[in-house]
Formats: sequence, structure tokens, C-alpha cells
Amino acid sequence: MSVTRERPPIVEEPGSDPFVASSRRRRAIGDRIFSSTALAAGLTILIALAAVFIFLISQGARGFHADPEVYQPAANNFFSYAAKLLFGTALSSLLAMIIAVPFAIGLALFISHYAPRRIAVPVAYVIDILAAVPSVIYGLWGARTLAPASHGLQTWLNAHLGWIPLFGGQISATGRTMLIAAIVLAIMVLPISTAICREVFQRTPKLLEEAALGLGATRWEMIRYAVFPHARSGMVAGMMLGLGRALGETMAVAMVLSASPQVTFKLLTSDNPATIASNIAANYQAEDVRIQTVLIATGLVLFVFTFLVNFVARAIVARSERRFA
Amino acid sequence: MAQAIEVSDLDIYYGDFLAVQGVSMAIRPRSVTAFIGPSGCGKSTFLRTLNRMHEVIPGAKVRGTVTIGGQDIYASAVDPVAVRRKIGMVFQRPNPFPTMSIYDNVLAGARLNSRRLSRSEADTIVERSLSGANLWNEVKDRLGKPGMGLSGGQQQRLCIARAIAVSPEVLLMDEPCSALDPISTSAIEDLIHELKKDYTIVIVTHNMQQAARVSDETGFFNLKAAGEPGHLVEFDATEQMFTKPSLPETEAYISGRFG
Amino acid sequence: MTAVGTTSNARGDLMFSGRTMPRSAPLIVIVGGLVLAGLLTAVGLGPVASIILGVIAVDIALPVWTAVVVNRRAATDRLVTCLVWTALLCAMAPLVWLLVTTLVSGIPAITVHFLTHDMQTKLNPVTFKMESGGGVLHALIGTLLVTFGAIVISVPLGLMCAIYLVEYGRGKQLPRMVTLLVDVMTGIPSIVAGLFALALFAQFGGIGTRMGVMGSVALSLLMIPTVVRSTEEMIRLVPDDLREAAYALGVSRWRTIVKVVLPTSIGGIVTGVMLAISRVIGETAPLLVAIGSIDVIQTNLFSGRIQTLPVFIMTEYETSTPQGYAFAWGGALLLIAIVMVLNIIARIIGSIFAPKISG
Repeated sequence: MSVTRERPPIVEEPGSDPFVASSRRRRAIGDRIFSSTALAAGLTILIALAAVFIFLISQGARGFHADPEVYQPAANNFFSYAAKLLFGTALSSLLAMIIAVPFAIGLALFISHYAPRRIAVPVAYVIDILAAVPSVIYGLWGARTLAPASHGLQTWLNAHLGWIPLFGGQISATGRTMLIAAIVLAIMVLPISTAICREVFQRTPKLLEEAALGLGATRWEMIRYAVFPHARSGMVAGMMLGLGRALGETMAVAMVLSASPQVTFKLLTSDNPATIASNIAANYQAEDVRIQTVLIATGLVLFVFTFLVNFVARAIVARSERRFA
Repeated sequence: MAQAIEVSDLDIYYGDFLAVQGVSMAIRPRSVTAFIGPSGCGKSTFLRTLNRMHEVIPGAKVRGTVTIGGQDIYASAVDPVAVRRKIGMVFQRPNPFPTMSIYDNVLAGARLNSRRLSRSEADTIVERSLSGANLWNEVKDRLGKPGMGLSGGQQQRLCIARAIAVSPEVLLMDEPCSALDPISTSAIEDLIHELKKDYTIVIVTHNMQQAARVSDETGFFNLKAAGEPGHLVEFDATEQMFTKPSLPETEAYISGRFG
Repeated sequence: MTAVGTTSNARGDLMFSGRTMPRSAPLIVIVGGLVLAGLLTAVGLGPVASIILGVIAVDIALPVWTAVVVNRRAATDRLVTCLVWTALLCAMAPLVWLLVTTLVSGIPAITVHFLTHDMQTKLNPVTFKMESGGGVLHALIGTLLVTFGAIVISVPLGLMCAIYLVEYGRGKQLPRMVTLLVDVMTGIPSIVAGLFALALFAQFGGIGTRMGVMGSVALSLLMIPTVVRSTEEMIRLVPDDLREAAYALGVSRWRTIVKVVLPTSIGGIVTGVMLAISRVIGETAPLLVAIGSIDVIQTNLFSGRIQTLPVFIMTEYETSTPQGYAFAWGGALLLIAIVMVLNIIARIIGSIFAPKISG
């Protein structure tokens, strides 16, 4: 019934129009230049990170086994020198996190679930300001204002809770102690931990919150039933990122404490363990080239350490994002 | 169990916006009452005022009275938490707590109220509620598994079990079948029929056939125009409503001329 | 519509617990807490200690009252509410304290002389005595130069990297790795960035090399991740329709990016860059390590030390003299002012351009 006729091809010979061809070629060159520039930028960032690693290793390698006198009086070899510094870093950061975590969760809950909208937005803005204050100013404030002001509190702690080893020992006259350094660090990590907790709290599905409320849960019970289980991994990630910041923070510790590499748990004395970062800041001007290489080597240790902490935090965030995608 | 609800002259606001105006009705105990109407007419909003759930949205407030079992739930001495505990609610989409097992999901409400629940008491509540929701036989071998592993219809029945586990006076259902396939829907409808024996059930549905199938009485909500508040047009026995409604507006909607 | 008969409760008791807290309960307790704090101050306790004790008293009294009147559940709820508000107070206190201290201690230091001189010790031609310059000008100039260097390095790099990630790298393996590393870079301790610059330039100039550009390199290492992330986010917001409309008109890909995508998202990109600048302009540790400090104005980024504002604060603080502390606070006030102004400008730009991006 149907008759099929031979039809002429719709498109004639490709490229028959010279205008199309030349413009396409020009376009292709422009595109190629642009896309390779973009690719180069991406690669530069890859290389930059690798370079950080390579240069720290190449410059710091000699620091791993310098003469014992370089590490003295704190230690006799790099391993125990770095271990002591790492102890100070971990102690100050963990203390800071212990102080900051409850406040971060409380603040995040305030913004996400407790505050009236009129207040929540300004509070979130103020937290951003807290994040924007340069660390050197925190250090100045901690050393010149907070430390002397808290001397009374520290004396009280020492007198009444001195039987706890943390608060024992000869109390510092200036107030510039590990406790104050940890408090300043806590204030500094508060914004990032709060921001991430707030975000995961706000992402709790309305459906789950209503399920809890519909059962007759109070606000707190709703948070326990619906918000916390949903936000658990996000909260952990927020804390880890805060920890990462505390580990790498230099000025606050360097300005508040006069410290040396050592292991002590006494928080209120004037004899304080140095952190890797504050130790670098305190000694970078040393004329001795060997000391500089040792400092770079400790910097490498710090880099690897924070890298691991941040990596774990990011992995947790990525996993929880996938779960709720 | 199973209380009557009386609503008189209820206005519902979101901030300054009047969403629903002047609703009065009496809902019989141990019956199914359905609300129908075009989307945006305020039927879900109205349902949520019956257990004070709409207050969750900041700025929402009501004027008028809602009396359940002879007590005004909006009286100043009444705690909204206590109201919600006595009036169960099932939502549009199944929402079991994702981190809890089936067993714990059923007990979620009961655990809020009594701190110490002996194992045997808990087992009793779980079996009774799941049986009540026609789910016991399907899940009795995997009570420890997460509730999210069930099918949509099973999840919704789990939510119903969770709602009846605290022995509420009234059960509110906000389009409980809108996210479900026809087979699950018919399972839920059968369940509503059975639950009627023990509970006062109020259901919002956008599906008129469903309203006709499950309900004893039907309320029709409508709005005059977009931006205007919704209002209750007609409220009557379901049979009456679907065979010979007294208002032409209702008839137009039911016979599908609009909405 | 017929009535359903009487609905009186057969059991005679009320279904919903009739006991609730009065609406004014928190107010009453807070006023009580204030009174307590006042009394404690009058007795001779320090004001801060009084306020802390007052807050603790409120945190205890309100839940206990609720427990007595209502029940344990409501009391727990009330306790958590109290704690959340207390957390807010505790977080705001140091910020306010810090800002007030900086203002009060910084304002006296800020004089015309302070802003127009450097710190060089010179012979005063009138009194024939050696005098320190007593100024911050060299640090201001240095900060601007070093930060400018960092912007020159990191903005084009970050911008192109973001374009690569969004426009050319969808679903490929390399971009995913770049994204991950950018995330990791966000967490590089700032002092390690300084050490990197030190190590990098030591490779060429020998250990002990100090140049302003080293600081710029260190700062750009800290700035790039922020620039990449914010730019990426903004470019992703540009709807695909716009791109397709341009392609349909026969516009090439790179011209589409330059003429359509970037202009659409420019507001957000600028905001992100400004925020990144405000973050690195206050960085101290990397500059301290990489370029050190100096007392005189230095304008060449490629030779010798340059003073920067954060390092100025640090070095003045380390003098441990009243004069040094005063200079440090003056510098701190300037630095906070610069950071805040940058932040505010960024937010204004962001809010001006925001509707265009989403629309």
C-alpha cells in the first residue's frame, strides 16, 4: 500500500559552508586554550598540596636526626622531642574541645530550634563575627585581659580542687596557664563547630520532628528522638573540624603561654607544655640552621596529624551527605 | 477512650494571615469523619488544630474553641504536649524514626510517658498495637529490624501502631494514603474500618472515593478565591453528602466540575 | 449540621493535665536571679562571680519549680531550654568582652602620629635624642602589599580551578580528587603554610631568605580553598538553561562562561573573595615565620622583611612594656576594624547581588 520514495539527504555535504568551518575552528582554539587554563589551575592546586609535602620533607628531613644538643634540654632525639610537643598540642586541643563542645551544641540548637526567628539570624551573624576575629587578637586578649581577670578563679580552683592533679601544683602568678590557653582555643573553635552542628540540625526532616511532636514529645524529647539521631555523624564531623583548627592554632597558645616541650597535666602552673605550632612561632628566629630544620620537621608532623583529623572529618561528612541525599 | 470533638467558630491564623475562617462542627465518637476539598482550602490546617500541631509553625494561632471530651484544649491551663499525647496523629508520608527498630518505634510514645516499662508490659503494648494496626503477622519475626526496611504501606501501618500504642482518645490522619500504592491504600482503609470500633477517627483526604468508602460523616472545605480564607461549606452524613448534598457548591465539587 | 448531644466527660476528671507553669514564670525567675546577683555583689562578691551564680540559680530554680508544679518531663525540657540560653550567654560574653577591651585599650593609641609614622628609631632633630617612631604605617602598608600579593596569586587560580571543577569536570575522576584536596587544604594549619613558604624559598635562596612575597604565597595557600569553594558554589547556582540558551545561539563554551556564567554569579564570587581576604588579612603565624618583622616602611615584596599588622601586634606585645602593649592594642583595633569593614562590604555586595543569582 505505502510507497516509499527515495528522498534527497537533508544535510548536504558537511562543511560545505566555509563560514561554519572557519568559525568552528576559531571557536575550538579559544575553547581549548580556556579549558586547558582551567585544567592547569586545577592541577596547580594538586601540585601545590604535593609541594607543601615535598618541600617540608626535603627541608625538614635533616631535622629528624640532628645532633642531640639541638633537641636539648627537652629531649635527646627527634622522636621524644616531637612526642612531647604532640602531647602539648593534643592536651590543649582536647581541653579546648571538652570546653567548646557543649556550648557549640547548645548554640547550634539555639539557632536551629529554640530562638525566635528574629533572634536566630542576628545570633548566627554574631557567631560569624566571632569566627572573623584574627587569632592574634584572641591571643592578645587572652594574655592581657582574660588571664589576669581569671587569676581569682584559678586561685579558687587550686585551693578547693587542688587535690585533683589537674588543678594542683604551684599556681601561676600571671594567670597565663594551660587552662586559659584552652579556653581561648575553645572560643576560637566554637564558630566552626557551631556552624556545622547548626546546619545538620536544621536539615532534620520536618516529617520526623512532627512524628515526635505528634506523639506528645516535649521540645527536648523531640530533639532527642528526631534531631540527634539524624545529626549524629554531622555533629562528630563538626567537632573533628573544630579539633583540626585547634590543633593548628598558633598565636593564641604562643601568646598566652610561655611554654617548653614537656609532659605535664597540671593546668594552673607557669610551667606549661608547648604545642608544635607555638614552639615553631617561639623559635623560628633561631640563627641555628639545624634548629630551623627541626622546626620544619615538627611542622611536617603537625601537617600529617591535622591532615588525618580533617580527612576523617570530611569522610564522615561525605558519608552522612550520601545517606541523606 | 474515644471522645467527641466540638468545634465552634474557629479562626486559624498564620501570623496575620487568616487561613481558615469560622469553622463549627461536632464530631461523633467512634466514627470516621472525613474532610474533603480542593488543595489549599485549609482542611489539613484545620486537622492540625485539633491536636495543636499547627502551633509548631511560628506565628500560627487560633481563635475560637475546640472541645474534646468536654474540655477546651485551648484553655490557658492546658499543655499542648498533653493534648498531643491524647490525640494521635498519622501523617501524609510514613515517618518511622529511622534509627529505631520496629519494636522501639511502636514504643516511642509509650516510653515518653512512663520511665520504667517492664519487658513484659512493653511486649504486650507492642503486640497489641501491631495487631491493632494489622501488622503483627507481617513483622513479628523481625521486630528488631529497623522500621525503614518495611514497605511504604507497612511503614504507614507502623506509624498507626505507634499512634495507637499510647491509647489515644482520637486519631487524626492527614492524607494517610497519599504516598501509597492502591493495595497498601486498601489495607489502610480496612484498618480504619476496624479502628472505628475503639477510636474517634478524623481523616483528611483528597480522594473523594476514599472519603465515601471509609467515612460516616464528611465535611467539605472550600475557598471563595485564592488568598481568601478557607471555610467549611457543608458537614453532613457521608451518604447524604455524596447522594444529595444540600448546597450546589458541594455538588459541583463532588460531581467533579471543579477542584 | 446537627448537634451530637452532650459531650460531658463521663469519668468526671479532666483529660489534659490542668497544671501548667504560669506564662511569666521565666521572667519571675530571671528577675529573682538578677536580685540574687545584686545581693551577692552587695555582700562583697565580684560582679562576674555574682552574675555566674545568678545564672546558675536561674538554671536550677526554673526546672525545679516546673518539676514541682508540672512533672519531671516538663522539668527536663525546661532545664534544656535554660542550658541552651545559658550557652548563648556564655558564647556572647567573650565576644562582647573582647570587642569592648579592644575598643577601650585601642582608642587611646590611635593618633595621627600613630597612623603616619613607622617604628624606626631616629635622632630627633629638636631634642637630639634617639626616639622610636611610634607608628603603625609600615605595618599597614606591608599588610596591604602582602595581602595584595596573595590576592593576585590566589584569585585567578581559585577562579579557574572552580570553573574547571564545575564546567569541565562533571563526573570525572580528577576533579573529584581536586575537590577532596581543596577540602583538605582548608584544614592546613596556617603555620604550616608559613613553613611551606619558608621551605620553598629556602630551596632557591638558601635558608634564612625573607621576602614579602613569601608571605603572599603562604596566605594564598590559605586563601585558595575558600575562593574555590565559594566560587564553585556560586557557579553551580547558575541555571543550565542560561548556558543552553547561549549554546543555542552558537556561542562557544568559553565565551559562554566568560559572558554568561561569570557575570551572573559575579556578586557571589566577589563576596566569597572578600570573605577570604578578611580571613587571611588577620593571619599572623605564617607571616611571622615567613617574612618576620622590621621597623621601617618597606615596599618591595621581593627583597627582605616587611612588617605586617598582625606581626606588628605580636612584636609590640612581646616587648612587654606598657608602651608596647598600647601599640599592640592600637594595632588590634585597626586590624579588627579592617576585618569588620571587609566583612560588611562582602555581605552588602552579597545581599545586593543575591536575588539576581537565585532568579
